Amino acid sequence: MKKVAESKPAATSSGNGSRAIIRIEGIKKTYVLSAENIVHALNGVDLSIHQGSYVAIMGPSGSGKSTMLNILGCLDRPTAGNYWLGGDNVATMPDDELSVARGKKIGFIFQSYNLIAQLTVIENIQVPLFYQGVDLARSHDRCVELARLVGLGDRLDHRPAQLSGGQQQRVAIARSLVNDPIMILADEPTGNLDSRTGTEVLEMIDHLNADGKTIVLVTHDDKVAARAHRVIHMKDGVIDREVLNRPGAPAGS
Amino acid sequence: MVGFKVISSVKLGIKSLLLHKLRSGLTMLGIIFGVCSVIAMLAIGEGASYEAQEAIKKLGSNNIIIRSLKPAEESQKSGNVGRTFMLEYGLTYADGARLADTIPGVSRVLPMRIIREAVRFDQNEVPCQVIGTLPFYQEIVGVDLLRGRFLTDYDELYQEGVCVLTMGLASRLFPYQDPLKMSLKVASSYYKIVGIVRERNTVEQRSQPGKLTEEPLDNNIYIPLSTSRSRFGEVLTRRTAGSFQMEKIELHQITVQMKDTTAVETADPQIRTLLKHFHANNDYELIVPLELLRQARQTQRIFNIVLGSIAAISLLVGGIGIMNIMLATVTERTREIGVRRALGAKKRDITAQFLVETVVLSIGGGVVGVIIGVITPIMVTHLSGMKTIVTVPSVLLAFGISGAIGIIFGLYPANAAAQLDPIEALRHE
Repeated sequence: MKKVAESKPAATSSGNGSRAIIRIEGIKKTYVLSAENIVHALNGVDLSIHQGSYVAIMGPSGSGKSTMLNILGCLDRPTAGNYWLGGDNVATMPDDELSVARGKKIGFIFQSYNLIAQLTVIENIQVPLFYQGVDLARSHDRCVELARLVGLGDRLDHRPAQLSGGQQQRVAIARSLVNDPIMILADEPTGNLDSRTGTEVLEMIDHLNADGKTIVLVTHDDKVAARAHRVIHMKDGVIDREVLNRPGAPAGS
Repeated sequence: MVGFKVISSVKLGIKSLLLHKLRSGLTMLGIIFGVCSVIAMLAIGEGASYEAQEAIKKLGSNNIIIRSLKPAEESQKSGNVGRTFMLEYGLTYADGARLADTIPGVSRVLPMRIIREAVRFDQNEVPCQVIGTLPFYQEIVGVDLLRGRFLTDYDELYQEGVCVLTMGLASRLFPYQDPLKMSLKVASSYYKIVGIVRERNTVEQRSQPGKLTEEPLDNNIYIPLSTSRSRFGEVLTRRTAGSFQMEKIELHQITVQMKDTTAVETADPQIRTLLKHFHANNDYELIVPLELLRQARQTQRIFNIVLGSIAAISLLVGGIGIMNIMLATVTERTREIGVRRALGAKKRDITAQFLVETVVLSIGGGVVGVIIGVITPIMVTHLSGMKTIVTVPSVLLAFGISGAIGIIFGLYPANAAAQLDPIEALRHE
């Protein structure tokens, strides 16, 4: 198992600009609801995200933010366009390969934590490894380490129902790290939390970024977005404007 | 790696099932009853036919039994003719000789005279059957010699006044004495007891309707055929209330032993044709144990099919119950499916997960069902005395069907789960 800091995907060699590990070209997503009612959820989006960047995607509902999230998370395929994730074009992948891509390259953090109720903390952290066919006994130590990292080293055998919301979200963070992903995709990670625990979770995410993890965060909360280096505002299925919070993070090509 | 994945899937399946213990238990119950009833019903069916088959088998599958019958129309006629009249019917010595000479494949022909008489010793009197027969009766019909000897050719040749008793009769007639040293009286003659036998099976049982399986009627005494012929004569007188009835009858039964079972099949119609020719008034019956056995087996097969299908229907209902619950479970766990898909589960991983749960349910139900299904017949036997036989194929069949049901009825819900759109599933509340 590679260490977090060591993960340098082969994106640089794919010729998509320096260190851009995520590259979206002309992504369109069209829902045909009926012959007259065609919705263009995404209408040609271009975006590059570099290794180690911290990006927030914002936008009102109906802006294509969720669709963007689904496509970034490999949960959905675009109608048109290319999506290069760590050197592979996932836009055209069949379902099984897409599953593998999710399992290996993306760490999800959901608004409602989405832990599996019948599994313990440690087992929840192990789920992505299970689907990659990793020997759980051998990776057990690493999972324990991750649980400690998020401050739940003493609750390995608790079930989600026995944990508070903040604790559950921290388990989810540990789970998102276990497969050493290219990108951590967080969907309103603090939406269900009070401001104090929400801040704790966000600080944890900041730390991950500081350690070199690429973070993509979808939110409608300005305060949450303010932590990102780069804030992308979406409107009507296109990128409306982009704000750089820190000079250290260069914008996309 | 694959083995590891299977084990973890099974563990996960069990874990998920344990989350809803009552629901899983109730679902299993359907399979348990199904498997249990398949095994129990087949065991009862098997047991019911077993004894009948055994009884028939004892008659000897190589044997054809021909028995004298009092013709019904003749006995009606006797009322018109008068109070006493001589009824002449039945098999003759000539029949025996003809059978031995003309039917191919005959190994031996055993004639028997069976006369109902009271046997007396001292103050004891026991009604019994006096069977006049030849020494090889012992081999053809099958009796175990307990003490002394059976009839011999010498007895037959010299019309000796000797007899062999069955065990039951011996103990009834001689509660205190040693029968071997005694003589007993039948009608007006005395017979010296030379041996005691136990019948392995009694042809005579069959002449007592409803007495097929119970304790053998072993009030039999065997005497040489020639002795029976000379002492009782060919004309038997029967005293009934207010009248005498005389019948002239040479032989009561002829047991034809064939060389093998194929000979039995060819000889059956031949014997029928032969006897029809000489016995126009149909005063005999032919019993072919092989044929009876075949019929009994046929009956049992139909019986088994009927019982088995009823039980299989209950298994099917159990399977539908499983499918129902699994569909509900899939709906309930849509969110979990979405999460697993997001975390890298392929469609077939989801299929496998739910299929494993169904199979665990049905196999678990199958195991419990087999245990109860094996215990139930034992209890039935214990409580009602009905004979039951649990056969290995029935257990395997029931278990196999339950496993198959798990897969068949699990496939649809598992597939439905795998086909869920991960985005929709994640959004599901």
